[in-house]
Amino acid sequence: MNTSDPLLNTFTTLENFGHSLKAPSYRIQPQKADEIYEAFQLAKKQGLTVSTRGGGRSYNDAALNGGGIILDMSAMNQIVEWDPATGVVRCEPGVTLQKLWEKVLPDGWWPPVVSGTMFTTLGGCLSANIHGKNNFRMGPIGEHVIEFTAVLPTGAEVTCSPKKNGDLFYSMISGLGMLGVFTSITLQMKKMYSGLIEVHAWPTHTMKEHLSLIEQNAPGYDYIVGWLDTMTVGHGQIHAANYLHEGDDPNPQKTMQLESQNLPSRLFGVMPKSLLHYFMTPFVNNLGWWGVNTAKYIASLRKHTFRQPHAAFHFLLDYVPDWERAVGPGGLIQYQSFLPKETALQAWTEMLTLAKKQGYPSYLGVTKRHRPDKFLLTHAVDGFSLALDFKVTNRNRATLHKILQEYDRIVIANGGRFYFAKNSETSAETARAFLGEETIVKYKKLKKRCDPNNLLESDLYRRVFGE
Amino acid sequence: MSKSAKIHDQSNSKPGKPAFATPLHPHRRGIIVGASDGIGAALAHKLAKEGYTLALVARRGDKLNELSNEINSIMGEIRTLPYTHDVSNYDEVPALLSKIVANLGGLDTLVFMAGVNYPPGGMDKYNFENDRKMIEVNLLGAMAWLSPVATMFHSAKAGQIVGISSVAGDRGRVGNPGYNTSKAALTTYLEALRNRLTRHGVNVLTVKPGFVNTEMVKAAQGGTPLIIEPEQAANEIYKAMKNRKQVIYTPSIWRWIMLAIQHVPSFIFRRLSF
Repeated sequence: MNTSDPLLNTFTTLENFGHSLKAPSYRIQPQKADEIYEAFQLAKKQGLTVSTRGGGRSYNDAALNGGGIILDMSAMNQIVEWDPATGVVRCEPGVTLQKLWEKVLPDGWWPPVVSGTMFTTLGGCLSANIHGKNNFRMGPIGEHVIEFTAVLPTGAEVTCSPKKNGDLFYSMISGLGMLGVFTSITLQMKKMYSGLIEVHAWPTHTMKEHLSLIEQNAPGYDYIVGWLDTMTVGHGQIHAANYLHEGDDPNPQKTMQLESQNLPSRLFGVMPKSLLHYFMTPFVNNLGWWGVNTAKYIASLRKHTFRQPHAAFHFLLDYVPDWERAVGPGGLIQYQSFLPKETALQAWTEMLTLAKKQGYPSYLGVTKRHRPDKFLLTHAVDGFSLALDFKVTNRNRATLHKILQEYDRIVIANGGRFYFAKNSETSAETARAFLGEETIVKYKKLKKRCDPNNLLESDLYRRVFGE
Repeated sequence: MSKSAKIHDQSNSKPGKPAFATPLHPHRRGIIVGASDGIGAALAHKLAKEGYTLALVARRGDKLNELSNEINSIMGEIRTLPYTHDVSNYDEVPALLSKIVANLGGLDTLVFMAGVNYPPGGMDKYNFENDRKMIEVNLLGAMAWLSPVATMFHSAKAGQIVGISSVAGDRGRVGNPGYNTSKAALTTYLEALRNRLTRHGVNVLTVKPGFVNTEMVKAAQGGTPLIIEPEQAANEIYKAMKNRKQVIYTPSIWRWIMLAIQHVPSFIFRRLSF
């Protein structure tokens, strides 16, 4: 590098989704697959590392590479092939879930697995092997990938499917983008008969009841998700939803049009929602959130059923733009733990009691039902997950850190696992404990084969798998 | 390095690498060029204590390693990384900067502190060799570091540059024309960077110390009134950094003294002997 190196002009401050981390890096935006290999060569020459970034929606450091090169994949965002007859779609890795569903829904299809925000990219979704509220039924997104191609740091281009290069297929999906960079992804969509989904909502009163109702009801639904008021440790509600069957929707052509799906851009038709997060700020404290939770609980006391558009049901996180900014300058973190169904109740009761005692309740707890999958760095279990959001401030960092260390201990002791798109504090030791030595050795071996010079590194990789 | 291996046991850092930044364990990343003693060493202590992870750059490797080890053991984890470098080796800067930024995991702050003072040895002496060395270190050394860092911060629309100039740059005096010139030029360069970069969200702080009790003060011609300890200077610099100030004098009384001196008319100033 010399003093007028063009790389210096790419220096950019990047953040995680919760705005609780800043990582200045050199940002390169490849327009086509060839430029990915060029970036690897540049990195090698400069002694730098490379990592990819899609929508930047990870709560932790998965899409950050402080002081290194970030390949911003958002320009490789073309849907290359779409076959409305079979529901098979081939995309570049920078295609967002938004772009995908907007393309396929009017033809009567929906992505089989989606995250809580539609601004994630397919490359990121595969790297983290995302799950949705239907994980217990549909598994992670990786189970719906027919085939993908990727460029390895060695310059090799590989095509993988469950049958072809199976070891790479099951490790690059879930592999945190550390084995290669996806260049093309082929997915199977799910057939829809309506743009609406039927949601049943009912209240729960204790965590025990909450978890057993999720377990009992899950087999009867396509989706199930719970909301736990973690400040009172018990009150909650469950939303379970089913796709409509053929004939249930009198006018599917209309409900599947984008106009029927769009999240309203204004609240009460008056206030632009882009400003809403400013007004939320006063509520993001213990008392304010207690009020919100209580109001929500009271509203759900009556068991009720309603139909809502797919987009509104799935992409709750997008409902208020920039909502994550409402928590203030320290940003927020999410702590999600996956526990076997046998130990979940005991572990979470212990965890929530601990946080409450310390005076740092989480504001929001979201529960889901899961099943295991066979991807290498899997986070799934036959059990449940609980995701807790915490607001970070200068004053609470030290205490929160202690609480989360204690949480890690409880989760590991109860046979639990973690998800690499969420937790920001997981240590190498904790990762080793839940992944197991064998998995790590296998991952490292593949890493050496695909990336012998260790060019691919993210902040997450260094934190959890670094030498 | 055996010391740093021991430190590793108590923290989440790897041997020879700084602790990872996480939302609950954040750190700013800074470089101090000219860190081995004096204000640089004091500022390194202060910034480490305030949560920075630092690259310490200086010419004298042994002193630098000692300082780095000392700070790391006080902090109980690796918070400083030492890099031996002579700022007049301009060609080394780009590769070294790139390596440091990679090792720190980014860059938020650059403090350019390196400076030498070689007086000509009397009011009737002239010494181009000494003048040249001062320009090479105090001015060109600064420009070699600040230019690429300014490019990066300009692009990132964030960052802070701190340049240690001197009250000596506020007026050309009989005692040390070369030093006055190097510092006046540095002050002007920093001002120009400020005018370029403020609109891009970058803060440029010019620090003008008076007499500080360091090695360099021995080069002072005549008395050293209002002398302060390097720790006081470091505290004042940190406060100014935190408040994103533009120009500070340390101690602050020098602002008024220099204001007066700057307004002494030339026909009087030419007859003075300081």
